[in-house]
Parts: sequence; C-alpha cells; structure tokens
Amino acid sequence: MSERRSAQANPDFRLRMSRGPMAVSRIEKARHPRHAIRRLLPYFGGHGWLLMGVVLLVLIYTLCGLTAPILIGKTIDEVIQTRSLHNLPRWALLMLGVFLVGNLAEAASGWLMAAISQRALQKLRRDLFEHLQTLPISFFDSHTVGEVMSRLTNDVDAINQAVSQNLVSLLASTLSLGGILIAMFVLNLWLALAAVVVVPLMFWFTDFIARYTRKGFRELQSSLGKLNGVMEEAISGLRVVKAFRRNESVLQNFRQENQAVYRAAVAANSYALLLMPLTNQLGNLFVIAIAGLGGWLALHQLVSVGMIATFISYARNFINPLRQLANLYNAIQAALAGAERVFEVIDIPSEETQSNGNLRVSEVRGEVTFRNVSFGYHPQKRVIKNFSLEAKAGQTIALVGPTGAGKTTLVNLLSRFYEVDEGCICLDGRDLRQIPKPELRRLLGIVLQDTFLFSTTVMENIRYGRLDASDDEVIQAAILAEADPFIRRLPHGYQTLLSERASNLSQGQRQMIAIARAILADPAILILDEATSSVDTRTEARIQKALLRLMQGRTSFVIAHRLRTIRDADVVVVIRDGEIVEMGKHQELLSRQGFYHHLYLSQFKGEAI
Amino acid sequence: MKHLIKLLPFLKPYWKKSLLSLLLLVVVVLLDLTIPRLVQRIIDQGILANDLSEVYRTFFLMLGISALDTLFAIGNNNTSVQVGESLARDLREALFVKMQSFSFGNLDRLQTGQWMVRLASDTSVVQRLVQITLRIGTRAPLIMLGSVILMYRTSRSLAILISPLMLVAIVLIVFFASRMGPLFLTLQQKLDRLNTVLQENIAGVRVVKAFVRAEHEAKRFAVTNEDYTERNIRVMQFLSTMGPSLSACLNAAIVVVIWGGGVQTVGGQVTPGQLVAFINYLQTAMGPLLIMVNLANVWAAAMASAERVNEILDQQPEVLDEPQAKPLPAEAQPRISFRGVRFRYNGSNDGMVLDGIDLDIEAGQTVAILGATGAGKTTLLHLIPRFYDVCEGSVRIDGYDVRELQQDSLLKQIAIVPQETILFSGTVRENIRYGRPQASDEEVVMAAKIAQAHDFILELPQGYDTHVEERGVNLSGGQKQRLAIARALLTRPSILLLDDSTSSVDVETEAKIQSGLRQWLKNRTCVMVAQRISTVLGADKIVVLEQGKIVAEGSHRELLQNSPVYQEIYASQLGDAQEVEIQHV
Repeated sequence: MSERRSAQANPDFRLRMSRGPMAVSRIEKARHPRHAIRRLLPYFGGHGWLLMGVVLLVLIYTLCGLTAPILIGKTIDEVIQTRSLHNLPRWALLMLGVFLVGNLAEAASGWLMAAISQRALQKLRRDLFEHLQTLPISFFDSHTVGEVMSRLTNDVDAINQAVSQNLVSLLASTLSLGGILIAMFVLNLWLALAAVVVVPLMFWFTDFIARYTRKGFRELQSSLGKLNGVMEEAISGLRVVKAFRRNESVLQNFRQENQAVYRAAVAANSYALLLMPLTNQLGNLFVIAIAGLGGWLALHQLVSVGMIATFISYARNFINPLRQLANLYNAIQAALAGAERVFEVIDIPSEETQSNGNLRVSEVRGEVTFRNVSFGYHPQKRVIKNFSLEAKAGQTIALVGPTGAGKTTLVNLLSRFYEVDEGCICLDGRDLRQIPKPELRRLLGIVLQDTFLFSTTVMENIRYGRLDASDDEVIQAAILAEADPFIRRLPHGYQTLLSERASNLSQGQRQMIAIARAILADPAILILDEATSSVDTRTEARIQKALLRLMQGRTSFVIAHRLRTIRDADVVVVIRDGEIVEMGKHQELLSRQGFYHHLYLSQFKGEAI
Repeated sequence: MKHLIKLLPFLKPYWKKSLLSLLLLVVVVLLDLTIPRLVQRIIDQGILANDLSEVYRTFFLMLGISALDTLFAIGNNNTSVQVGESLARDLREALFVKMQSFSFGNLDRLQTGQWMVRLASDTSVVQRLVQITLRIGTRAPLIMLGSVILMYRTSRSLAILISPLMLVAIVLIVFFASRMGPLFLTLQQKLDRLNTVLQENIAGVRVVKAFVRAEHEAKRFAVTNEDYTERNIRVMQFLSTMGPSLSACLNAAIVVVIWGGGVQTVGGQVTPGQLVAFINYLQTAMGPLLIMVNLANVWAAAMASAERVNEILDQQPEVLDEPQAKPLPAEAQPRISFRGVRFRYNGSNDGMVLDGIDLDIEAGQTVAILGATGAGKTTLLHLIPRFYDVCEGSVRIDGYDVRELQQDSLLKQIAIVPQETILFSGTVRENIRYGRPQASDEEVVMAAKIAQAHDFILELPQGYDTHVEERGVNLSGGQKQRLAIARALLTRPSILLLDDSTSSVDVETEAKIQSGLRQWLKNRTCVMVAQRISTVLGADKIVVLEQGKIVAEGSHRELLQNSPVYQEIYASQLGDAQEVEIQHV
C-alpha cells in the first residue's frame, strides 16, 4: 500500500523530476506562512465536503495499511499453533477485503484530490490573471515580462506540487507513522522496544540530512545562478564575442563557473541523495532489531512468530512515510513562499476599471489642453516641467525633440497610463481624471512605436481594435491602412497565423497592421509614436500615407520623426528636457533660427554648403 | 537509443568510477537480499528450534552485514554522484565550446532560448539518467530479479502459485509506462498554450489597455485555463490509479501466499520461517514496480535530450580556417574589393541575397551602403570579416581572399558596430574596453568622446564605473549604440564597419558623432550601412543596394542627379524634390 508513496519519495526521482538541476528545487521560506495558508484556504473552500471525503478516504487506507500486517501475523500464528486450515480461508478473504478497500480508498482519494486541487489552482490563476489586467502600467514598466510570468507559472506550480501531491502524502505519512508506532506499542510492548531504539535514530538522521541538504542546495543555487548568467550572456552576445575575439576569456570564465557548479552539486547531492540509501539501511536495521529482539522474546514465550512477522511488515512500511516527510518540508515551504508572492501581486491596488458609460465618442469634440503639467517617474526627477499646450479639435500636433526630451511621457500622461503630479489635462474642458480610464482609452487610438501583435490570425489582430467588427469592416480598415495588398500576398491571406512576436512579418508590415487596428477602433483622438528606424524609407512613405488618412478630422498627437508629418502638422511643439522651447508652424519655426532650426539643419549637415 | 550511445564517450574518463559504483551497488543488493533469509533462520532454527544461541549468532551476523551494507551504499552514493555531475559538467562544456566555435550561419538557425535549454536542461536530463542508472535504475531490477530467484529458492511451489499475478503486474507496468509519455506530452502542449496567452498579455499590456480589452483577455485566458486544468486533472487521476492498481496486485499476491503457504505449512512442506521470508521477498520484489514505470520516463526523456545534444555536437562551424591559412599582415592596406559576389543564406529557399556584387573600397575611404530592408546591406557588411562565406566570387582585403586568411588575424584589424547593440554585464568602462582589455583609461575616454558617449556617461550615477544592467536596461537605445561605437573605436581597427549604428541616436548627436569620426577615420576604411540619408551625406561613396544588386554608386551629388532610386529615397525622407531645391538655394 505504501508503494506509490515509496516511488514518489525516492529522492532520485523527486529532487529533479519537476525542474532541471539548473533550477534546483527552490529552498526558501515564506515570511508569514500562517498568513499564506489563510489566504490559500478559501480557494479550497467551495469543496469543503469533498475535502472531508478525502480526509476520510486517507484515514480508511492508512487504517487498512495498519490492519493488514496484523492479519498476516494472526494467520501465521493460527496456522502454526493450531495446525488446522479451518480458519485459513476466512482470514485470507478478510485480508484480501482489507487490502482492496485500502487500494480503492487510495485511488479514490487521489481522484478527488486531483479535481479539488486543480480547480482551486484554476481559480487562483484566474484571479491572478484578472487582477493583472487591472494593474497600472507602472507595475509592468517596473517588472520584466519574465518576472510577472514567473508569478503565474513557477509560483503557481510550486503551490500545485504541494497541494496536488504533498498535502495528501503529508496527511497519509503522518497518520501511518503515528499509527504504526501506536499499533506497535498496543500489540506488544516488548517488541516495541526495538522501535524505541531505532526510530529516534531514523528521525535524527533524516533531519540531519535534510539540514545539510538545504545548506548545500542554497550554495548550489547561487553557483548555478552565476553559471546561468555567464551562459546567457555568452550566448546572446556570441556574435559580439566572436567579432571582438573574446572567445578565450569567455571560455575561461565559463570553465571556472562550471567547475564551481560541479563542486557545489557534488557536495549538495552527496548529502541529498544519501537520504534514500541511508533510510533503506535504517529500515534494514529496524527489521534486524525486531528479528533479534523477537527471537529472544519468542524463546522466552513473550511474543509469537506471527507477531514478529507483523512487526517486520510494520518496519518495512515505516521508512517510506519517513522519507516522504523529509522531502515534504521543502516542497511545502516552496509552495508557501510561492503563495506569498502570488498574493503580493494580488494585493497591489488596481487602477479603476469601472466605467459609467456616459461618454460617447460622437459627442467628443477633441479639444485637449495641458495646463501647467508636471510629472516625474521618480519624485525627485521631473521629466515634464510646467507644460502647457492647447490642441483645438481636429488639429494635428507634432511633438519634436531630442531623445529623452519627454515626448513619450506626454503620451503616457494623455492616456493616463501615468497620472500627472501637478496641473491637469483636460478634454473638452473636462479634467481627464473625472473620466473613467476605460472610457478615456476608448476615445483614444494609440499606435505605438513597438507594434505588438498577438499570435493569432491577421484578421483577429486587426479586429482587436473593435471586437464586433465584421470581416468586411476589418478588410476595409486594412485597405485604408495600405495593408491589404501585402496581407493578400501572405500564405493564407487574412487567415495567416502570426507567429510569436510576428517574426514572419517585417517591422513595417506589423506597423501597418497596427494602424489598421487603430482605424477600425475609430477613435476621437489619435496618438502616434511614429518612429521606426528599422523600416526603410519607401515603406515609411507608404505608412505615412496611411497615417495621414487616419489623422484626418481627428485631434492627433504625433511624436514626429518624418519631415512630412512635421510640415503638415498644425502645430509643431519642440520639446527639450520636458519643456516646450518652441511652438508654431514648420516654416515659422525654421525662420526663427532657434533650436528647431538647429535640429532641422543637422539633418542636412554637409548639404547646405 | 543511438543518440545515447553516441554520448557514451563522455563517460569514458569515468568508466572506472562507474564500474566501481555499479559493483558497490551489486554488493549492496546482495547483502540486502540476505536479510529475509536470515530472518527465516532466526524463526526456524532459533525460535522454533528453541535455540537461543542461534538467535544471537544470526542477529549479530545481520548487524555486521547491515553495517557493511551501509558502507557500500555510501560508497555507491558518492561515486554515482561524482560520475553524474562530472558528466553534466563535461557535457555543458562540450556544448559551450561547440557553440563558441560556431559561425554566424550556424547561429542564425538557433535561438538563445534554445541554447539555454540545451545547455541547462538537456544536459541535466542525460546526467539524471546516468545517476539513476548507477543507483535505483539498476538497483530496482536487480532487487526484483534477486527477490524472484530467492522466492523460487525459498519455495518453488509458492512461487509458481503467484506467477500469474506477477504476469499481471508486468502487463500493468507496460500499459502504464506506454500511456504516460503521450499523456504528459499533451499536458505540456496545453501548458505552453496557457503560457503563450499569458506572455502575450503581459508583453502587450499597453495594447490591451489602450483598447480596453481586459475582459476579452480574461475570456481568452479562461478558455486555455480550463483546457489545461481539465487535462491536468486527467493526468493526475491517471497517476493516482497507477499506484493503487500495482499495489493491489502485490496485495493479492500476499493473500495468495498466505493462503497457499498456510496450507503448505500445515502440510509440512513449508516452514513458518520460509513463509515469512517469502512474504518479505515478495514485498521487496514488487516494491520497485512503480519505480520501473518512472524509469521508462527517465529513459525516454534522456533519449530525447541526447538527440538534441547531438544535434548541436554534430554541427560543423560553417566558417573554418583553411589548414594553410595565413595571417593578414599587420601592414596590409585596408582596401576591400568584392568580385562577382553571390550569396544566399544556408538553408533558405529565397533567392540570392547578394547577386553579383562588384565593389572596390579604397584604403581610407568611407563608403555608405543604402537600401531598403532586405536589400542585403548587412549581409554585404558581414562578408568582410568573413562571418559568412560567399557562394560565388570573392571578397579580398588588400588582395588577400578572406578565405585564405586566419580569421583571428582578420578580425584583429576589423571592428564592427552591430545593428543590435549587445552590452555585457560589467561597468561602462569594461564594456568600452571589451575589444581591447589592456587599453588605458585615457584611451577609453577618448573613444567615448568621439562616440559622443562621454557626456552622458559622466551624468550616470557612477560615471564610467556605473554598472550596466542585464542587456543594458538602464541605458537608452541611443546611449547603448554610442557605447558600442566607442567599444569598436577603442580596438583601433584599420577597417570600421558600422551597421546602422546610429539609428536610435537623434540627428543632432548623430551629426556630432560623424564629425568626430571624420578625424579619427584618417587612414582608416569605413563601411557603413544606413537608413537615413543624413547618415550617408558625408561618405566618399554611396552605394545603393536593391534586391542584392548595386543599382547606383557615387557621391551624394552625383546620385542626386543621376539615380532615380536615390532621388526617391531622398524625397521619401527629406520631403519632395521642391523642398530639396529650397534647401539648396
């Protein structure tokens, strides 16, 4: 009955089954384990009765496990002493019944627990995901994609490992260990003395190894981290390494870290993997102690042969749950630490997501005013300083300036990805902060420099702009965006699946799809970050045409890099260090001979002579 | 399997230790197997024969055996760990060294992520197989075999009695083992799908928010989440059926033994001690059943990993020094010539990327290459340091065909600023010094000044000692490009290759870099790839590339007059022709 557990508990499999050694089973502790447990419990709450059922089933199969050896012993005694076969069939059938009930209960508890734990984790993943949707952009700007992913993958997986396997094992192992000890003392006090000698030794050994293992793995973890760092850098920068002929030093560096990992791994695993053979030996020792002591006791008529058989069975069943417990500790700690990190994210306050729906796109004129706006990503470092600007309905405002002047920040403020520190931004005279964010964003069409497309069809990617758009409307938008011709040339036209990060499209093509998406959304105000240095200039000209069409009749803010946009803009705003240094029409600004003129001329340097 | 065999040579340095480990293991198993026999002796010859001294003797014998056993077990543990970890280390190193030898062509076909997986997890999967084979993987079948043999020797009739049940157990194992692989595979696919949705949602968060699509995303996620959960439940339920069914098999066998053994004991064919020993052997024989199922998994995983590892190890670098390759003389003139160069990327079905390029670049010249994306500009640049080999024609430096040169000596005289800036973890200073670690601080500052990096570096928290974070996230794109330029300048190459390396730098700074470079480039040859007209204006020669062919060549003024393609590019960037005229006036 304990075979299932024995295979799971086997450290040869356990330590490395779920993650490769490059990410050794994490050994870390939750800071507030109780709190983490309290937060996790409600996820299992809906299944209270089922959980009770699991506990009951576990109880049944541990009890069966405890009863079977007694039956074995009794049968042997009866056969030896009475030398009659009269009761043998009865005992055997009873034994078979007990065994089967135990096996059935074990399987049933596994089935139930699978459903309960996976449904709970499904809920947890859903909650976390839905919460992520409500978090402000600042959260995503300050965490890498990998970090956020890790909450939903690694951390949830750590919880998964614990609840789906270890929780039941913990219960079953504890019950078995306690049950066996109690049974031994109840059945025969004398023979139980063997346990008094061996069991503390077992606990001590297990604890000893577990402690050294934790220490060893911490060191292994840190040396693996270093090796991973070296490898990742060497691989991603390999072309540069080659071009600058640094292979030798990179290799040397790698060898050093690789050797360090080897040493740490040998040290850690020599302890960790010792658990299995050593507990085996201790199990043998237990059997030997019982056999020896039992022999002496039997000769003094204090114990029967059957009883010895019962005890030997118990001894063989004792090591597996013990080994299990040693492994459980780490898994459960990792789960709690994971849970803590998951709830940390869930506890980050959301930005408001409710909309009262009282704003209609058709009613918006599109007058945008910045009034003395100041803002900084860090309180001590202002990126936008006392910025004021008035855009009349339908105007195109070109934002021009050197890198880092704060152009993108203005876009972030207008879309309320970030909130202004001082001053206000108004739309048709209303402070943006009075407009719920979803409402506001529905009014805005944003085409970003780094075009993001999803790994679905081209059709669905464009439709993302307006989910209820018909296929015809999607195609119409694509035509307006000048995207239709190239889409039709794709292997499956509009049904072509885009691969991850849309690597089967060029940068320019991706941008045109994003423009089509924005056209479909039909926003009142348009925000464009137009620069894409990797698009060649003739593709650029085509994109430009699409953009001009999109800007018609809408208030547009364009972070402009193309001369044509700048020339056609109603107002060119020249920004430097978060402040407006010049403002006006292209020709006016040129004739002013100021900063704009300077910027503009540097394009032509060498030519103006 | 053949892939695993191919990796066997990696075990060669450790074959003695592996053999020792296995020998120790065999001894451990043999000693383990004696215990039930000795228990039988205590019962039959001690207890039932009323011989206390026999009990004592056997007990101490067992203790001695157990102590010996423990020593051997520890020996097996430590040797197997050492062999396994040594193998992992050597495999990692072999892969890493191989990777370092690869040329750009090899690298194009692999992604960073894949590399890491191979280096990290594939090596560890193979290592795990070795470690397990030296331990439980051999121990389990040996114990089973030994137990079965000893069962027969203990009581042949009882053994025959339970043989049908053992057959059932074997069938069950085969069944479970064969089902497990596909089951986990589909689970992994569902998980990948879940992760893709998640990853896209996070990476595209601005789009999601801009279009107010949180609800839509939640629905998308819910579908994959449900899919994954359902599959996961099925896999777990499969696993929780496996254990109890195998254990039911064992339990049934025990009952049969008790029943049959009871009958035979009463009949006198079997002693009580034999019965107890037999049950004990039965338990040790059937105990590792589940381990056997898992072993099938370990082997399957290791075979798949070995295949991936071999895939790398079998690859040959596309560019290798010829045996009789000569070094490029240090005093060679930086003259570059392309003669009838045709090139296509290995394994691509598209047409020629470069199709009949004839181009002469004189020593000391600055030549700009202009053209649309995909015209072959970067490829042309990459042929000069022989990052790839031409398919036809030749690339020569001062008359030497680059294929006849030692690449190292070639690279010594060439510095490249790649399109995508890659910085390494370390300080700003270390990054600039990357190409010439022995350069002095003054030289570093000089290079940084020419690259217009000096000023912003001084504004960083620790100036030149500021730590560049992973992938340079604490620097803007333009700043990173300028550091990459400084890094290239510091190597004092005779040929400088710039691959659109000021694309993220604003025009004003770009102009400053250009004027700084002009001085520095004296007696040096520079080939630059560019998108912006403003970048190429100062070049001695501009080459317009279109679909792998040179369509125009000449100075800016010449091209503006003669080349329609150039005029078109010019107009698309700087406004139409009239605008240009106005500027000229």
